[in-house]
Amino acid sequence: MSVLILAEHENQKLKPSVAQLVNAAQCWKQTVHVLLVGNDLAAAAQGAAAITGVASVMCVEAPHLQHPLAEDVANIIVGMGREYSVILAAHSAFGRNVLPRAAALLDVEMVGNVVEIQAPATYVRPIYVGNVFATVRSKDPIQVVTLRASRFDMADIGNNAEIVNLAPPPASAKTRWLSEIRNQSDRPELGSASVVVSGGRSLGSAENFESVLAPLAAKLHSALGATRSAVDAGFAPNDIQIGQTGTVVAPELYIAVGISGAVQHTAGMQDSKIVVAINHDPDASIFQMADYGLIADLFEAVPALTAALP
Amino acid sequence: MGDLMKLLVAVKRVVDYNIKVHIKPDGSNVELAGARMSINPFDENAMEEAMRLKEIGVATEVVAVTVGTAAAQDVLRHALAMGADRAILLESADVLEPLGVAKLLKILVEREQPSLVLLGKQSIDDDTCQTGQMLAALLDYGQGAFISTLNIENGEAVVTREIEGGTEKIAVALPAVLTTDLRLNEPRYVKLPNLMMAKKKPIQTISAAEFGIDVSPRLALVKVADPPARKACAMVNNVQELVEKLRSEARVLP
Ligand SMILES: Cc1cc2nc3c(=O)[nH]c(=O)nc-3n(C[C@H](O)[C@H](O)[C@H](O)COP(=O)(O)OP(=O)(O)OC[C@H]3O[C@@H](n4cnc5c(N)ncnc54)[C@H](O)[C@@H]3O)c2cc1C
Ligand SMILES: Cc1cc2nc3c(=O)[nH]c(=O)nc-3n(C[C@H](O)[C@H](O)[C@H](O)COP(=O)(O)OP(=O)(O)OC[C@H]3O[C@@H](n4cnc5c(N)ncnc54)[C@H](O)[C@@H]3O)c2cc1C
Repeated sequence: MSVLILAEHENQKLKPSVAQLVNAAQCWKQTVHVLLVGNDLAAAAQGAAAITGVASVMCVEAPHLQHPLAEDVANIIVGMGREYSVILAAHSAFGRNVLPRAAALLDVEMVGNVVEIQAPATYVRPIYVGNVFATVRSKDPIQVVTLRASRFDMADIGNNAEIVNLAPPPASAKTRWLSEIRNQSDRPELGSASVVVSGGRSLGSAENFESVLAPLAAKLHSALGATRSAVDAGFAPNDIQIGQTGTVVAPELYIAVGISGAVQHTAGMQDSKIVVAINHDPDASIFQMADYGLIADLFEAVPALTAALP
Repeated sequence: MGDLMKLLVAVKRVVDYNIKVHIKPDGSNVELAGARMSINPFDENAMEEAMRLKEIGVATEVVAVTVGTAAAQDVLRHALAMGADRAILLESADVLEPLGVAKLLKILVEREQPSLVLLGKQSIDDDTCQTGQMLAALLDYGQGAFISTLNIENGEAVVTREIEGGTEKIAVALPAVLTTDLRLNEPRYVKLPNLMMAKKKPIQTISAAEFGIDVSPRLALVKVADPPARKACAMVNNVQELVEKLRSEARVLP
């Protein structure tokens, strides 16, 4: 039996989560296969084949898979799935869309948002907005699991695994892809950035959000994040929301600017190594999550911090 | 199915989002006795969207369903107060996992034949984020997960989905299963008179056992624990001190 990893890629590049998943998969001591679904996969397949610990890369390519739909990807997994004892994906919007569908078709329960694999079928996952960590053991014959990828180190590069092409099943007749809007940004991807500067509603406007935080982000080569309140107020795009209902990040350094520290927000950043909080309210609960706290007006402190950095 | 649409909305009873839960002293589970319970916030968005579809004449009937014990009737009352025409309690005392809930809802969907099933994208207690996608799979319907806009056009649900790095638009043929993001709408405030009126509306109870399917758990809860503690926060007096600490102590700056 083997482990199947559903890989994510964008613009022909493999996402960093794949190397993290490959590393996590080693605990099963089984052969590891990586599944790529899309169109024009050559470069991503090369990337996956280079990850140490991968035995084969399975590519399913077709024009209609350019923007893979859950229906199609789940069908592909189920077509292969019975030969695998473990099926893994990242706990991303993509993984969360596809894997539950595949699990139900395989008649197994899915274990989501796993932060630690204690033993081959025993997992730790946060529940109740990260206030509680539950350890669960799965009794299913096929383990279908989404992992919080940032909790796992990346596997090394330096392999040359075989690349196998599989024929795509017919396209889903039920769902059609229409269009997408990608928020363009030169900053690192939020989910895997090593530094994140994050702002709250206190920034006051979209203009301030950009003019106060962007220079700091530029000096730190960081990604930008936001609270739900900042997103809902229109200060920041939806895809940079951090928290229970947004992206979960685990950078080396997280700088929370004018953020109160609601649990729904901290659930998305509690794995960060070093947390800095800047808030003018000494009682703000973000300070309980922080390693370093500065009680100050953000409109003075952030430009001063930016200026103090090389 | 013509133009007349029936909508089914799944609502779940969860610990209120303002409550911080505690762990039982023996670490076997969380202590829920006495905790304030509410409708899952995402399910309010699903209900709100259903009511809007009814108000613009796209939907004709909105049916709310919950799976749980008799105590879960209070979230059905909430759904009725928001405007649901009918409510169904699928009564089960079992500990249900998403696959089990999806299997029970599948049978109800086959009985009720709605054109659209709306669920929350995740529930705030167990946070699994999978029931809707599982239900879609079991019904062999198309799915629109994590939606922030919805329009019904020519027998399709045209939805915007929140994805990494932005949004995408897809069209899902009806009947379909959709799961709602908080940004889909602003749920209406439930007024007291509506809540009083909802108390008089009947709730249909169906015993889940009647469906005769195995929903026994696939997961065993080994234990629950507090999250790893963070060390206490060091307050700094100014930006210079902060930079100095980040450099020499935390070593996250060059
Ligand atoms: C079901 C549900 C899911 C949710 N999911 C998420 C989620 O995924 N992510 C998320 O972030 N939230 C989420 N929320 C919302 C969350 O509960 C909080 O409302 C939100 O995180 C607060 O955002 P904020 O810190 O920007 O705003 P506020 O709570 O209003 O805090 C603003 C802070 O800025 C400080 N401040 C103001 N002015 C200044 C200044 N000039 N200088 C310095 N400090 C200043 C204030 O002291 C305050 O602490 C969710 C809520 C619910 C109910
Ligand atoms: C520590 C721990 C303790 C637990 N304790 C209990 C317990 O005491 N009792 C118990 O029943 N379960 C318990 N569970 C199981 C857990 O609550 C189930 O996994 C849950 O019922 C289904 O998953 P979810 O709500 O997280 O699904 P999600 O996929 O996150 O929910 C998405 C949507 O599905 C719909 N939905 C989900 N469940 C229902 C439902 N029951 N009725 C109607 N719609 C629904 C809602 O629209 C919801 O927004 C426990 C789990 C853990 C880990």
